Amino acid sequence: MEKTMFDMATQLFEGQDVRFGPIDHEKDPEIESKWTHDAEFMRLYDVAPARPMSAALLKKQYEKLEKQIEEEKNLYYFTIRAKADDRLIGKALIQWIEWTNGNAWIQLGIGSAEDRRKGYGSQALRMLIRFAFAELNLFRVSARVPEYNTAAIALFKKLGFVEEVRRRQALDRDGRRWDLIVFGLLNSDWQNQVRA
Amino acid sequence: MRNLFRGELVRLTAEEPGSRAKVEVHWQRDTEFHRLADSDPAGMESEKKLKEWFEKRNEEGFKPERYSFSVRTLDEDKLIGFFGLWLDLIHNEAWVGIGIGEREFWGKGYGTDMMKLCLQYAFTELNVYRVSLGLHAYNPRALRSYEKAGFRLEGCTRGDVAREGRRHDSLWMGILREEWIQMQNGDSK
Amino acid sequence: MNDIFSGKSVRLSAVDPDDFSRMFTRWSQDSEYMRLLNGNAIRLNSIAANKKWMEKELEGPSSGLYFFSIRSLADDQLIGEIVLDVSNWTSRDAFVGLSLGERENWGRGYGTDVMNVLLRFAFTEVNLRRVTLVVFEYNPRAIRSYEKAGFRHEGRYRKFLNREGRRWDMLLMGIQREEWMEQNMESHQ
Repeated sequence: MEKTMFDMATQLFEGQDVRFGPIDHEKDPEIESKWTHDAEFMRLYDVAPARPMSAALLKKQYEKLEKQIEEEKNLYYFTIRAKADDRLIGKALIQWIEWTNGNAWIQLGIGSAEDRRKGYGSQALRMLIRFAFAELNLFRVSARVPEYNTAAIALFKKLGFVEEVRRRQALDRDGRRWDLIVFGLLNSDWQNQVRA
Repeated sequence: MRNLFRGELVRLTAEEPGSRAKVEVHWQRDTEFHRLADSDPAGMESEKKLKEWFEKRNEEGFKPERYSFSVRTLDEDKLIGFFGLWLDLIHNEAWVGIGIGEREFWGKGYGTDMMKLCLQYAFTELNVYRVSLGLHAYNPRALRSYEKAGFRLEGCTRGDVAREGRRHDSLWMGILREEWIQMQNGDSK
Repeated sequence: MNDIFSGKSVRLSAVDPDDFSRMFTRWSQDSEYMRLLNGNAIRLNSIAANKKWMEKELEGPSSGLYFFSIRSLADDQLIGEIVLDVSNWTSRDAFVGLSLGERENWGRGYGTDVMNVLLRFAFTEVNLRRVTLVVFEYNPRAIRSYEKAGFRHEGRYRKFLNREGRRWDMLLMGIQREEWMEQNMESHQ
């Protein structure tokens, strides 16, 4: 998939089975609305409280998102789509970008349980990291993961992220407290990996 | 019940936008202060702009996510610093931002007194479960002060900040309510 | 982790202002429904007016207001609404209010079912300490349903309402986190 590191010809937005795409304001709200009704997905994806959202509300949120991207310039948002049928299967973000420090936070989710455990998340994450380092020229990216998200923890470790911070009992969910882990990956770590 | 707004060296206040803006202009000239306190690039804003910003905050009203205080010395009622608490309401966690803009007051126990009031407020009035903060690895004075206050080091994000041609780590600390309560009980002042 | 949005016969779903305002306008034609739900003088509003109100509610300060549609699991019909409104974050208390729009759905256990789902959301996702509700004394069906869901009687607003030529009490009921956890979570901290 990745022949060489600094190859201008390598597609940043095309993976093997998935691709990054812009928001489809017509089709995406309905699909994402379904994800928000799945508490399991919501709790894996984010620390904010799970709550179902209507397609109408998501449409408005997409507009706010695009406005923020344009005005604040500290966010990149991609939809993850299956190459076979262009179906929306997830989303990927690089956010809270501090340009002068060269750091940002990444977040990614595959919305439907049937689409998970197929390697789509791994492909999308690699593409996201490559974009962050080879196009945005960031020095490092961070990701925060609740300790109960064992699949994400395994994936981040596999891709060379280091557990840097353990925020003890920072999350309250399902009647108990959990640690929140911050993973970090440096541009230099990643380059060494890819070259090896 | 304890006096939440009065410590041994300082007291907490809410300042009028005008007076707060005035000192802020003064503090912004001290880039060492800025670089210890923040990670965004140092800059200087007009007093007018700053005043408008503080006025806008007043207009927004009280938000359950944010509690801000200014700090004055008991001695001469001098406005020397501030602290703010940003709450994650769902997980019941407070993030602290704290600073002393007047450098003559560094290293004299004022910061310790401020943090004491801050944690008291957070744990006994806001009833949070944990308090968190971040600091620069190049700020050892703050690290010692926070450790004394009961914060535990929870990790380090490598090369987080770029300044003076070098990369610097950020340190992250946290204190849980039960830990703070234990400290209070063990330490009968 | 538990699926927190589904119960035995109903599930929580997002509110779509279009769908909801249509259904609610229909339900409001039933004055008994309105008088069980509302303490203020009931009125008839158009779909457009209800939609505007709904959109404003949903757009408002988002911290602490959780608005859900209730749908039957059998045929996914929109059968009611339930709202959780945090009144005090530092005390972690919220008001809950619910209504089932069609009479044929009354007395079938849907109310108790949806309340259980909502309480799970309140205690394990929003992490509240207690949930409060008020109910009119002339609504015994609802009172019974809330008792079954674990609410306890905490007080009464005497002669609060004036309707049909006489005064009625409004009851205050509440449920604590520990009480609910004990009944509903196998193992908890």
